[in-house]
Amino acid sequence: MQGKTLILGVIGADVHAVGNKILYHAFRQAGFEVVNLGVMVSQEEFIEAAIETAASVIIVASLYGHGELDCRGMREKCQEAGLADILLYVGGNIVVGKQPFEEVEQRFSEMGFDRVFPPGTLPDAVINALEEDLQP
Amino acid sequence: MSLVLLIDFGSTYTKVTAVDRKARALLGTAAAYTTVATDINEGLEKALADLQAMLPATVDLKNIQRFACSSAAGGLRMVTSGLVPALTAEAARLASLGAGAKVVKVFSYELTEEDIEEIDSLRPDIFLLTGGTDGGNKACSLHNAAMLARCKSEFPILIAGNRSCAKECEALLAGREIYRCENVMPRMNQLNIEPVQNKIREIFLHKIIRAKGLSQARELISGILMPTPAALMAAMELLAKGTASQEGLGDLMAVDLGGATTDVYSMAQGLPQSEDTVMKGLPEPYAKRTVEGDIGMRYSAGGILAAAGADKLAALSGLSPGEVEELVEYVTSHTDVLPQSPESDPRLGPLDFALAAAAVETAVTRHAGSLEQIYTPMGLSYIQTGKDLRDIKQLVATGGAIIHTENTAAIINRALYSRDNPFSLKPKKVNVFIDRRYILAAMGLLADKDPDCALAIMREELEFHGA
Ligand code: B12
Repeated sequence: MQGKTLILGVIGADVHAVGNKILYHAFRQAGFEVVNLGVMVSQEEFIEAAIETAASVIIVASLYGHGELDCRGMREKCQEAGLADILLYVGGNIVVGKQPFEEVEQRFSEMGFDRVFPPGTLPDAVINALEEDLQP
Repeated sequence: MSLVLLIDFGSTYTKVTAVDRKARALLGTAAAYTTVATDINEGLEKALADLQAMLPATVDLKNIQRFACSSAAGGLRMVTSGLVPALTAEAARLASLGAGAKVVKVFSYELTEEDIEEIDSLRPDIFLLTGGTDGGNKACSLHNAAMLARCKSEFPILIAGNRSCAKECEALLAGREIYRCENVMPRMNQLNIEPVQNKIREIFLHKIIRAKGLSQARELISGILMPTPAALMAAMELLAKGTASQEGLGDLMAVDLGGATTDVYSMAQGLPQSEDTVMKGLPEPYAKRTVEGDIGMRYSAGGILAAAGADKLAALSGLSPGEVEELVEYVTSHTDVLPQSPESDPRLGPLDFALAAAAVETAVTRHAGSLEQIYTPMGLSYIQTGKDLRDIKQLVATGGAIIHTENTAAIINRALYSRDNPFSLKPKKVNVFIDRRYILAAMGLLADKDPDCALAIMREELEFHGA
């Protein structure tokens, strides 16, 4: 996956910074070009970074429980910005408390996310998914 | 020979400054009308004759080294294009302003047919084409290069976008005058403005001077080195940072309040001051310049009124809102009136005070960064965009309008940080220095050659005007 660009960041007003750093290093080690926007990233910042860098994937993290609100409308904004085909991943603790993951996955899929990861997902699982999805 | 002559070709005046480098002393300054339309040498010679008359006969201005800067004939007019407005388009704009250009238009995304017509009618001195990080988006730069190739007018084009497609852009623009340098934003949120600024200066030196009829004066001059705002920028950077042997003033801000525009410079990193503040947007250059085209004491007095409102100008001046509106209209059409002259309307003094305070406030507010409050589940957090300038302690005031006005410190102080607008990160308390003799551009020119001399003169000449 040499040379593919990923945009990484923690969405909304979320300040959980530790997992973000771990993911950044793991993705870089796997050979990706990673643009890490850090914490408190708005949808617009993700999208603008993806436009300038011609990124293949936007990886959205949300840890504090408000992921669903923060992610709403993101796919539509991507379409508007000319990024209709960009891959959108989301993971972390994307909803409040413990909810059946199938339902959560369903809701985020309907919002246009290509991959939805359950809490505690390790970076390797994301890297495997990327390798699969970015097959030429 | 330790004498140097520094020349500033302005749009209305040519200013000359003589310096004795060995003594690190200013010998004298003089000014005369600039006459670019006819022959620029006339203004220069008149100013030189005036200056010579002030100096002892032992000082001969004829055969000494001369350096010049210029903002004549509209200054260095640039048009820029980038991809995303807040990213490469902003980086291109910042780089051009920092190089001393007057940015007449900023385009983002793909240029259209109408845009090309507009560019043709704007006839920029330089077009700066950017877009995409290195290895990132190519489509935008390629599209825009292909569109620019269709322009009817001729102007140099500087390519400073995604390096992966710079060569293709060049090919699309074959037959035109093209220059290339490193990407202005090589990676996401990484500004790389110096290569662009060096190239702009190079093009300015080689091409623009000739096009603007300034080369007639060239034989007399060792070099027109830069646009005047770039000289001011150099002076401010030197004054802030100092040299190996002389201390600078530290972080500072400068305001150049003119009749038509107001320029603000800041020499400061401006990073967030507290831990609950996250910085967003493009990183800010240490040396930053902004230009407010709608804010000025005469031609753009209407812009001040629009930005501040008649009530505010009335409160600042003690006049009624109606009087303010009437007088603003008057000064806009009588751009050379001065409140000092005895035949002037006595209300002009208070009006100019209010105009200057509101102009500085508007321009400094637009230049400074701001905070946005974010309510998070954990409490309040802040997002900062732009520079936090609250801790700046020194402010330099220049420009005819401000240096001729009395009570400059009071004007400046009304324009600083205020509790009414606590999220605008303007300086809280500053020492005000006034460029009473108009030497800053000259010292910026000298800064290249002899920074110690330029700094010593600035420290001597800038008039401390209270805190
Ligand atoms: C440290 C911490 C904080 C610190 C954060 C400091 C900082 N700047 O980083 C502080 C005190 C500020 C904080 C505040 C809050 N926190 Co907190 N915090 C934690 C804590 C204890 C550890 C987080 C951590 O760093 N873990 C270590 C890293 C390595 O793990 P990680 O973040 O989970 O990331 C890994 C995986 O999740 C995954 N991952 C992460 N992102 C992504 C993205 C994708 C796409 C994928 C596939 C995987 C993935 O990979 C990472 C590496 O393995 C957790 C509890 C816990 N044990 O997880 C709560 C926790 C995350 N916080 C929680 C909450 C509720 C809050 C607050 C809202 C209020 C509060 N109760 O304190 C505020 C929100 C503040 C804000 N605006 O964001 C909840 C979230 C509950 C939910 N989602 O339903 C948690 C789970 C605690 C809990 N059980 O209640 N918090």
